[in-house]
Amino acid sequence: MDNHVVLAGFGGQGVLFAGKIMAYAGLMEDKNVSWLPSYGPEMRGGTANCSVCLSKDPIGSPLVLAPDLLIAMNLPSYEKFIDAVAPGGIAVVDSSLVDQRTSRTDITCCYVPATTLADKKGLKGLANMILLGKALEQTKFASWDAVEQAVLKCIPPKKQHLAQPNLEAIKLGMSL
Amino acid sequence: MAVVYERPKALLDVPTHYCPGCTHGIIHKLVAQVIDELGIEGKTIGIAPVGCAVMAYDYFACDMVEAAHGRAPAIATGIKRSLPDSVVFTYQGDGDLAAIGTAETVHSATRGENITIIFVNNGIYGMTGGQMAPTTLPGMVTQTTPYGRDVSIAGFPVRVCEMLSTLSGVAYAERVAVDAVPNILKAKAAIKKAFTCQIEKKGFSIVEVLSTCPTNWGMTPVEAMQWLRDNMMPYYPLGVYVDKTEKGVRP
Amino acid sequence: MDSKQKVLMKGNEALAEAAIQAGCHHFFGYPITPQTEVAAYMAKRLPKIGGTYLQAESEVAAINMVYGAAAAGVRAMTSSSSPGISLKSEGISYMAASDLPCLIVNVQRGSPGLGGIQPSQADYWQATRAPGHGDLHILVFAPASIQEMVDMVFKAFELADTYRMPAMIFADGMLGQMMEPVVFPEKEVKQFDKFSWATCGHQGKRKHNIVNSLILQPDELERLVVERFKRYEVVKANHTECEEYLLDDAEYVIVAYGATSRIAKSAINAARDKGIKVGLIRPKTLWPYPSGVVAKAAEHAKAFMSVEMSMGQMVDDVRLAVNGKVPVYFFGHTGGIVPTPFEVLEQIEKMAGGAL
Repeated sequence: MDNHVVLAGFGGQGVLFAGKIMAYAGLMEDKNVSWLPSYGPEMRGGTANCSVCLSKDPIGSPLVLAPDLLIAMNLPSYEKFIDAVAPGGIAVVDSSLVDQRTSRTDITCCYVPATTLADKKGLKGLANMILLGKALEQTKFASWDAVEQAVLKCIPPKKQHLAQPNLEAIKLGMSL
Repeated sequence: MAVVYERPKALLDVPTHYCPGCTHGIIHKLVAQVIDELGIEGKTIGIAPVGCAVMAYDYFACDMVEAAHGRAPAIATGIKRSLPDSVVFTYQGDGDLAAIGTAETVHSATRGENITIIFVNNGIYGMTGGQMAPTTLPGMVTQTTPYGRDVSIAGFPVRVCEMLSTLSGVAYAERVAVDAVPNILKAKAAIKKAFTCQIEKKGFSIVEVLSTCPTNWGMTPVEAMQWLRDNMMPYYPLGVYVDKTEKGVRP
Repeated sequence: MDSKQKVLMKGNEALAEAAIQAGCHHFFGYPITPQTEVAAYMAKRLPKIGGTYLQAESEVAAINMVYGAAAAGVRAMTSSSSPGISLKSEGISYMAASDLPCLIVNVQRGSPGLGGIQPSQADYWQATRAPGHGDLHILVFAPASIQEMVDMVFKAFELADTYRMPAMIFADGMLGQMMEPVVFPEKEVKQFDKFSWATCGHQGKRKHNIVNSLILQPDELERLVVERFKRYEVVKANHTECEEYLLDDAEYVIVAYGATSRIAKSAINAARDKGIKVGLIRPKTLWPYPSGVVAKAAEHAKAFMSVEMSMGQMVDDVRLAVNGKVPVYFFGHTGGIVPTPFEVLEQIEKMAGGAL
């Protein structure tokens, strides 16, 4: 199945990184993949988002306007994208930072208190991975093996000690 | 019979297009003599400007590039960074170097590029027929300052050596003149020192040469020389402005 | 980097890596969004391999440094985005006139003026009509994916050296910023002996070389320009490239390049599902332009539509090639707005329904 994903949040929450892991996981499974970040002034402290596509076919527009998966890590991102989610799609929302609930009934919305959980479980700063785990569990965008390989690929050689906590956070998300 | 004086090999035996009494010929000769004496013609690349010396590429025997107006130091940078062991010089006039090419001049200097600039300052745009240059003196009459340069309208002349001497990348900056034999000999020594500074990779070097433009100044060559001494030299004092050729500019 | 393995790379970075692998070790640039990663990548990599990365004082200086490096006989490049390319146009004209090879990258952004920073294709006229003043052309490559961007960098350098003319990679903010998988070709880089014309020092082995664009005799200047245009004809005959997609039975033809062509393709697939016989011509080179392919398609197509991120620039070339045989329509967005497949599909349906 193809995935058209939007990941959005504050700069520094790791939405671009989480998107990169998704794209790499797709690549590990020999899919066509694309990753397109928002760029410009919003990169520096404001909201950041990226579009990720995984597909068996060549990817047309890498810009995702109607995501079948949305990961929203803050209120502005939730407000901006929740109505864009394609009918039948899935939204994974960090409910520690988003206190709203959608009235849409044509999508599945998972509210995960990822930031609070991350702090509690000694995984500070890895709310993005918890949400990614939840998204993985919901959409099966890739196999666990592919995701594991992707994490190892995306973390630079000098920071490989961070791989384990990242994987743990994804597993935690999957278990929720 | 012993030959005591001849055309330097680095200056080709071709007619030049310069006006009678123009000092470009002297300056060309000095540069060529230095190239000969240092034995560097085969690894030297010169960059001609836009201005009266635009066709200098036909006169020097080394490889030559013709630059867009003011861009010679950028081109010199590109060449030098590609061929670090070559010797690269630009030959530029005042409009080229201190007006349209000010950014290129200042930044190649502050980067400490290992290039040599021969800067010919005659206070006027020669090739286009005598308009105001950035170095035109206050009160000086040109085609575009018909009532004399009014500094309240046209601003003040740029003193290039003084300006560049504030930059850390400059290893050598000297102002010379070619109005008479003793100064011509000093000019040659300065040019040789600048080239040597480059060969030893000490940093950016510039020799500013005060020169005349009898045609556009509206004087005979002899009058022009005297005018240079009476008017240019007081405003643009001769001398060494920077000399870091011992240690170089880099830490 | 294991070149056999696919890696996920940003367009700007893949482009820079491709240039290095193609033997370009001299980069002169100036920061501007959305191409800055090209410079940043070069700044990181080139010092480690004995190359030169230099941040110039301006775009004007950067292109002239490229001019100097190219004159000295090395592979050199610069990269910028729309407003910066305008500043480089002086140097581009001089390089074309001096028969110097180089690579110029334009990662286009919304314009005119300072414009915006989102993707655009509004520099088409500039790239294909007037990259600088005077009678001249440069090679213009329009990649539609990161892999194609990489492949085109190799080709651009080789053709630039072969025909001694500047080449341009004509991308946009989307291609520059997005990541896709790429494989770097394990290719021998063809070496060119430039001693016969480069200003690299004559070493006492030949007459002095002059790299110059000042020709005061009109008849001589005309002769040289005409000669250069003969070379352009050889380039046109041998190096015009385009992709034809579902064209054989197409009644309607979309013409689109670069990022826009991907969107058009999605729309075409959707239109085919609805039974509309529509195909795509995707120019890969914008100069030379695949006019022949467009003209041939005009013999059986009912209508054409050029889809661009501009107010309609390439549509001129489509119209020239179609030569009045059938209607040529235009659809696009400008200012940094990327057309959606849905919008393009709507236009295709209108065209097929005779509603345009």
